[in-house]
Amino acid sequence: MPCSGTIDHRVIMHAFEDGADGVFVAGCMEGDCHFLKGNIRAKKRVQHVKQILDEIGFGGERLGFYNLSAAQGQRFAEIVKEMTEKILQLGPNPLAKSAGKEGGAA
Amino acid sequence: MIIAQQKPVKDIAEMINDCQKVLFVGCAGCVTVCLAGGEKETEVLASSLRIMRKLEEKPLETVTFTATRQCDPEYIVALDNLVDGVDAIVSLACGVGVQYLAERFKDKWVVPALDTKFIGGSTVHGVWEEKCGLCGDCVLHRTGGICPIIRCSKSILNGPCGGSQYGKCEISKDVDCAWQLIYDRMTALGKLDKLMEIQPPKDWTKSRDGGPRKAVREDVMID
Repeated sequence: MPCSGTIDHRVIMHAFEDGADGVFVAGCMEGDCHFLKGNIRAKKRVQHVKQILDEIGFGGERLGFYNLSAAQGQRFAEIVKEMTEKILQLGPNPLAKSAGKEGGAA
Repeated sequence: MIIAQQKPVKDIAEMINDCQKVLFVGCAGCVTVCLAGGEKETEVLASSLRIMRKLEEKPLETVTFTATRQCDPEYIVALDNLVDGVDAIVSLACGVGVQYLAERFKDKWVVPALDTKFIGGSTVHGVWEEKCGLCGDCVLHRTGGICPIIRCSKSILNGPCGGSQYGKCEISKDVDCAWQLIYDRMTALGKLDKLMEIQPPKDWTKSRDGGPRKAVREDVMID
């Protein structure tokens, strides 16, 4: 999605249900949001999903949020490396062995 | 509106522990506005429980639907063709919606996902406050639009008690004394004399003393 401010809890949850080992949301630098507070709200929303993932025993540490601009290619590479290392330590998504949702919206 | 909050996911999971297929029903009324039981919250809860159950290697099949309102029979008719084969229905409505579902689907295990808290409104986004005590005999015209029934911790009707200190209630420094607010408002309106009018005792028969209440409008009833 083009703006982190549009991130929805469901998109993240479904990514994990579909077998993602880790998810990170990259928002613009704080203070640089074209919609003023979209990245701040995204960060809070991601924090809430982390709480849910902890509550249900999946583990919120597989989800991350970072601030960076489109011009920070080197920083993006660092974040991807950092996230990848963290996920490698955590191991595969425990749901992955039976990936695929068991139901859906009617 | 009715303000509700979701129960802990583990508590809801326990209620449907022995079920394989569950229908999650949201409500597009009050609980959508207070972000507890709308379409989004319904789908997030269903997803959470699917993940929990998959971790336990007891997969859960879910169906989700959000009714326009769960407190009107005509809006839950749409569930008739969704309940086939489900072992339980989880309602994300207030306690009214849960009861409407339980009444319509008598052979289904209907459980609440929310705790219904109070009647109120938002102060800022994400904060809701209780504003109405549902006493059935509104007195706001005599108290400057501030409800002493619910906003005074003792529901006092004739002014502040001795626990009112510097405009705050003795129960907490974060709770305004309703009667201080009433006094200040009536003063600002130049209607302080209204507070001096002798009132008869409040008619509590219109409140909860006689069991569940009913409101009837015969002119809109359809024969």
